[in-house]
Amino acid sequence: MAPVIEAAGLVKKFGSTTALDGLDLTVHEGEVHGFLGPNGSGKSTTIRILLGLLRADGGHVTLLGADPWRDAAELHRRLAYVPGDVVLWPNLTGGEVIDLLGRLRGGVDPGRRAQLLEAFELDPSKKCRSYSKGNRQKVALVAALSSDVPLLVLDEPTSGLDPLMEKVFQDELAQARVRGRTALLSSHILSEVERAADRVSIVRAGRIVDSGTLADLRHLTRSSVVATLSDPVTPGEAAQWPGVHSARHDHGQLALSVETSSVGHVLQRLGALGIETLTCQPPTLEELFLSQYADRPVDGGSSTDAAQEQVPA
Amino acid sequence: MSSLAGTTTLLRLAWRRDRWVVSACVVALVATAYGSMAATRDLYPTDAAAAAGAAAMTDNASLTAMYGPLPALTTAGVGVLKTVMFGSLFSAFLAFAIVRRHTRTEEEEGRLELLAAGAVGRRAATASAVLLASLAVVATALLSALSLVATGVGVSGSLALGVVVVVAGLVMTGVTAVAVQLTSTTRGAGGIAVGVLGLAYVVRALADTSTGAVRQLAWLSFLGWAEKVSPFGENRFWLVLPALAATAALLLAADRLLQRRDLGAGLWAPRPGPATAHPRLASPRGLAWRLQRGSLLGWSVGYAVLGLVVGGVARSVDQIAQDPAVEDMLRRMSGGQGTLLDVFLGTELRFLAVGAGAYGVATALRLRSEESSGRAEALLATPVRRAQWLASHGVLAVAGSAWLMVVAGVTVGLSASAAGDVGVVQVVAAAVATVPAVLVCVGLALLLFGLVPHWSAAAWGALALFVMLGELGAILRLPQSVLGLSPFDHLGSLPGGDANVTGLLGLGVAAVATAAVGVLAFRRRDLA
Repeated sequence: MAPVIEAAGLVKKFGSTTALDGLDLTVHEGEVHGFLGPNGSGKSTTIRILLGLLRADGGHVTLLGADPWRDAAELHRRLAYVPGDVVLWPNLTGGEVIDLLGRLRGGVDPGRRAQLLEAFELDPSKKCRSYSKGNRQKVALVAALSSDVPLLVLDEPTSGLDPLMEKVFQDELAQARVRGRTALLSSHILSEVERAADRVSIVRAGRIVDSGTLADLRHLTRSSVVATLSDPVTPGEAAQWPGVHSARHDHGQLALSVETSSVGHVLQRLGALGIETLTCQPPTLEELFLSQYADRPVDGGSSTDAAQEQVPA
Repeated sequence: MSSLAGTTTLLRLAWRRDRWVVSACVVALVATAYGSMAATRDLYPTDAAAAAGAAAMTDNASLTAMYGPLPALTTAGVGVLKTVMFGSLFSAFLAFAIVRRHTRTEEEEGRLELLAAGAVGRRAATASAVLLASLAVVATALLSALSLVATGVGVSGSLALGVVVVVAGLVMTGVTAVAVQLTSTTRGAGGIAVGVLGLAYVVRALADTSTGAVRQLAWLSFLGWAEKVSPFGENRFWLVLPALAATAALLLAADRLLQRRDLGAGLWAPRPGPATAHPRLASPRGLAWRLQRGSLLGWSVGYAVLGLVVGGVARSVDQIAQDPAVEDMLRRMSGGQGTLLDVFLGTELRFLAVGAGAYGVATALRLRSEESSGRAEALLATPVRRAQWLASHGVLAVAGSAWLMVVAGVTVGLSASAAGDVGVVQVVAAAVATVPAVLVCVGLALLLFGLVPHWSAAAWGALALFVMLGELGAILRLPQSVLGLSPFDHLGSLPGGDANVTGLLGLGVAAVATAAVGVLAFRRRDLA
């Protein structure tokens, strides 16, 4: 089956700044795809190319089998978009905006609309000028989630939402996935992506630096193992064990960073020394993310410089 | 912390943001005061000539309604007549714009919150806005008075014109200070303040054109006070006292309201709106209409009123222009044929056409503000086509500006034909014949929006250039090739004369071509 989104070698320049520098992205049908990267790494630029709002300077992109620039209006019947910074018409009410955007996409399901309004605790009769940032975000979320489309394009959709509402959003996203919808979820909130996404692409300075399932990515990195032992070893000694990357004392405990494939072997060694307490954690996405940005400088520049060079798109 | 802490800092900030605009406005009014006095002195070198030339004006109700009674049958009196009302309104608008911009606008945009969280007192924003407005008003008053002195007319009359400016500007400062406390929206505050100004204008216009006790109603209007200062006539300097008292009372009231309300809130809570959208709000066209219908309604009412006034003035135009110099000036201004009445109506319709062009440009440029704010992105991520979205505002700009000229033609025609000298149909036809020129302005705005979005506002510059070419081109003796750059130069001489058919066709082609290039370019460019 053809991927829902397929981009290869996307290039986009704004004057002398290069926002996208050969970006590749593949999103399969039915998956929630996390699109991770810091501010200014090119996430929004990519999304705006996928929506046909910007034209790529180079590379190849198809969305639902069509060209997003040429066939924008037809494609938009089959997708719903939530921008990260929602700007609304100040003199329209939230309910009016939801209805307008829904009708433009081909109709609103009143039952679904009411259900979402209740879930997100949004008062649709208020004028948009009086909504807070979080409430404006809810207007866009309700409008997008209440339309029956196969693809959701979500650009930092939870910015400004409180944790309770983030949870509501997670539940709605999970339901959408159960119904077989595809979602591209751009974010820099790692826990959100970790919970929701099947696969992840990490973007840095306009290029994808890593892509795959969380399990794939975790496989390449290290788990953290912390143990209290009845028969202590020095960190120096433990560091010599195969698969152990580093070891140190942490408040009387031994803290090890272990290749994921060697965790079983290390646990046997620890078992022989008498385990009193033990915690073992797979790498969090945050650690994966930091490792991408800390370990591999792009083209000789430090990662912060690379981030600052980008235009905020 | 004193409730006025930070006032001087905010005043400096306000001046830093507004110095060019405020300076330009002050200079513009001073130049107008000087220019009209100097021109009148050229036209009527002696008081006797002025008395003869202006005799008709004193009996003309339409002129009195527009400008107020003539202060004196002298050269200086005639020269200051228009400046009194124009200067009052201008000063009032300047004060209104400054006060609202630095109070309610700042609050609505959320910028004042950032400042108010610093060492800034509760009253500081309002106080600094009122101070800046008052300073601008007083500067305008002093410079206008000086400019009149420079033309060689009497000093006390010149100073009295300064008092006129002060009276209108200060009272409006107070009115706006109260209005911005009442509603939580910039637009709402503007409606209240400008509504009060409009009421003041209408009350004095009614009073001035009435007889008996009703005449005294002018004393209820602060614009009535301003005109009753009567520079070069009665020179009632003391009228500054009631103005100061009223301003003080309004500012005190504003302060009481300010002390009671929350930052960002008004005295009146905003009303909730409909929870679901009207069935018509289902397309870009429905949205464009919803966003712009209020503005079109306002312009339509304004054009109807203006049309009635212009038509009323036209009824007595033959009396005004018994002076051959004036008749000659009118003819040269318009290049008109036909009777003097036709020439006058043609000139006025051309002014109204420029106004309709301004409406068209403003309506078309809504595209740009929707785009740069990011709201267009939300629409264009739905199955709305680029051309369809552009057309939603573009068609409104075209149809709305054409509609305004129809309104103008009908009201001018009805009002002027009451005297029986002119047919409604001819006037409406003359008004409609200006529409191609109006549409060139709209086409230009669409062209700029499509090709060079960041320079869309240059459409305003083009419109200003057209006005300048029309008003000053002949005086500056510019060649016809330069004058012809303005679409309003190709309208022929209706009513009464011949329509410039090739010119109008050319304008139509230009309007369609510019709009088409704008649409094509917009379809090919990035959303910026």
